[in-house]
Amino acid sequence: MIEISDITKLYKNENVEFLALKNVSFKINDGEFVAIMGPSGSGKSTLMHILGALDTPTSGRYLLDGQDVALLTEDELADIRKNKIGFVFQSFNLLPRASVIRNVYLPLVYSGVSKEERVRIAEEKLSATGLPETHFHHLSNQLSGGQMQRVAIARALINNPSLILADEPTGNLDTKTGDLILETFKKLNDAGHTIVLITHEPEVARHAKRIIHIRDGSILKDEILR
Amino acid sequence: MAIFDLLEEIYFALSANKIRSFLTVLGIVIGIGSVIAMVSIGQGAQGSIQSSIQSIGSNLVIVTPGAQRGVGVQVSAGRGSAQTLTQADADAIQKEISSIKQIAPELTRRYQITAKGQNTNTSITGTTPAYPEVRNIAVGEGSFIDAQQMASYSKVAVIGPTVRDDLFGQGAEALGQSIKINGVIFKIVGITQAKGGSGFNNPDDIVYVPLTTAQRFLAGDAYVTTISIEAQDQSSMASVQQQITILLLERHKISDPAAADFGVLTQADIVATASTVTSTFTILLASIAGISLLVGGIGIMNMMLTTVTERTREIGLRKAIGAKKRDINLQFLMEAITLTFLGGMIGVGLGWLLAYLVSLFAGIATSVSWSSVFLAFGVSAAIGVVFGYYPARRASQLNPIEALRYE
Ligand SMILES: Nc1ncnc2c1ncn2[C@@H]1O[C@H](COP(=O)(O)OP(=O)(O)OP(=O)(O)O)[C@@H](O)[C@H]1O
Ligand SMILES: [Mg+2]
Repeated sequence: MIEISDITKLYKNENVEFLALKNVSFKINDGEFVAIMGPSGSGKSTLMHILGALDTPTSGRYLLDGQDVALLTEDELADIRKNKIGFVFQSFNLLPRASVIRNVYLPLVYSGVSKEERVRIAEEKLSATGLPETHFHHLSNQLSGGQMQRVAIARALINNPSLILADEPTGNLDTKTGDLILETFKKLNDAGHTIVLITHEPEVARHAKRIIHIRDGSILKDEILR
Repeated sequence: MAIFDLLEEIYFALSANKIRSFLTVLGIVIGIGSVIAMVSIGQGAQGSIQSSIQSIGSNLVIVTPGAQRGVGVQVSAGRGSAQTLTQADADAIQKEISSIKQIAPELTRRYQITAKGQNTNTSITGTTPAYPEVRNIAVGEGSFIDAQQMASYSKVAVIGPTVRDDLFGQGAEALGQSIKINGVIFKIVGITQAKGGSGFNNPDDIVYVPLTTAQRFLAGDAYVTTISIEAQDQSSMASVQQQITILLLERHKISDPAAADFGVLTQADIVATASTVTSTFTILLASIAGISLLVGGIGIMNMMLTTVTERTREIGLRKAIGAKKRDINLQFLMEAITLTFLGGMIGVGLGWLLAYLVSLFAGIATSVSWSSVFLAFGVSAAIGVVFGYYPARRASQLNPIEALRYE
């Protein structure tokens, strides 16, 4: 369960100071399928990094499964990311010069899963994203944008996380492949996984059960669809 | 992270930039290789000097003349050229010192010798029949000087194989022939067995004549240049050395031992002196080579820092998907250690090869000891730890989200 209250995020560099999130509060229960929607620069990715325990808010409280994230050590946060959370980054963040398979199973290396098992699970997850099997052993930098995106999604699913955070997962895909991915998410949600989908497209957001509208770092509307 | 996975990650990381990894390893290879080669040359030199010192005799105590030194005044005559030891000193030693097995005084000077129109310039050693036993010389053909020849001032000579080859030709029959030393005709009665060796102290390039003959017909005086004494056994060497010093000080009427006009050395002293020289030499060589090892280590650090910067996003990603500080630290540290260990392994091979080539082509004895090989491995792994530590720490401390944003 995700529970954030009064979260703000202030980016402060040598030359700029920018308030990316302003007093954001919401609660996402286990098993929800939520879309966070807003225009570019509204703070969606910033919010996702905080929800994924990758970044810390400037102020406010974040309870993940009842635990105050601010009180956890670095290693405990790493364990949470490893065991509970699957990320799909907006910019994919694949390892260049590493094969598709290796990119996908990388999280399992840190959970001590054997190599054969890793390859097996990676192939299974890749198939679910519709990436043709001929591309499994390509290097990740030899893929098209949409293919990279699918690899990034397969990697997010590899450790069977209870919480999936996907930042524009269909941004580079055609409608047909995009629908396939959304269908995959829907199935995962049916199986009990919590999904947080970040997007700026209303058609994509409509696949979720709930839409949180965000603009200029503040929540505009919290809309329950079903 | 399982060890096999760690090795796989390291393999992928290092093979991603083969040339850079190769050059970095090369720095360590050269460092370790030169340390091994240099130490082997030093230790080889030590070994061969020690064995050549052992070969001049056993339980040997040597008395040499030395310039008398006045207090604070350096008299500029080198040891050996001074004429302070006499036949009488040798006789007194023989008579008064206990635990002596043999004594062989000698008078060695260089003279021109000729035979059948050939001539050479070599050391002529006038000595006594005890000399072969004391100085570990074996006679190959004929016999050494005997007591009767000593007593009768016989003009007989025993020559070394090098002298024979120079005067009569390689391996020619020389026994019974005559040679002229400084204008005096001597008959050859023996030839010593080849002992090997080279340079200016070649034990085979020498002519032995009776001491009495040398004193009367060649030098014209009763001085001796060296007195070699074989002590009864190893444990009596020090006491023999001490007794001789006291005796000669008394005979030469010198009260201050520091002003002695002679030196008494045991074989152990000579070995010890040579050892300090050769070990200083070894340390010098090793430290020069050690500098290249240090440079190699800095190369490792340089490469690892570059790698960490280049792979900042990768590190961010690894942390984002659950890698802990310790995982990242271990990965980069192990990369550095792998490089240095690989370098160490190839370096040991290279050093071995160099040592072999040096002894093959330069004729210098070398010996690669296991201790230096193990040391090289230890040192190369330690270099990996030392020079890899800082880059690995830097990598592990990166903030994941900042690392992911790094361009
Ligand atoms: N590291 C940073 N330093 C300073 N400002 C930042 C930083 N990261 C993001 N911002 C700012 O915060 C705001 C929100 O950024 P964010 O990436 O969350 O937007 P977004 O909603 O994900 O946009 P998009 O749909 O284009 O991905 C932007 O105006 C951006 O300029
Ligand atoms: Mg974004």
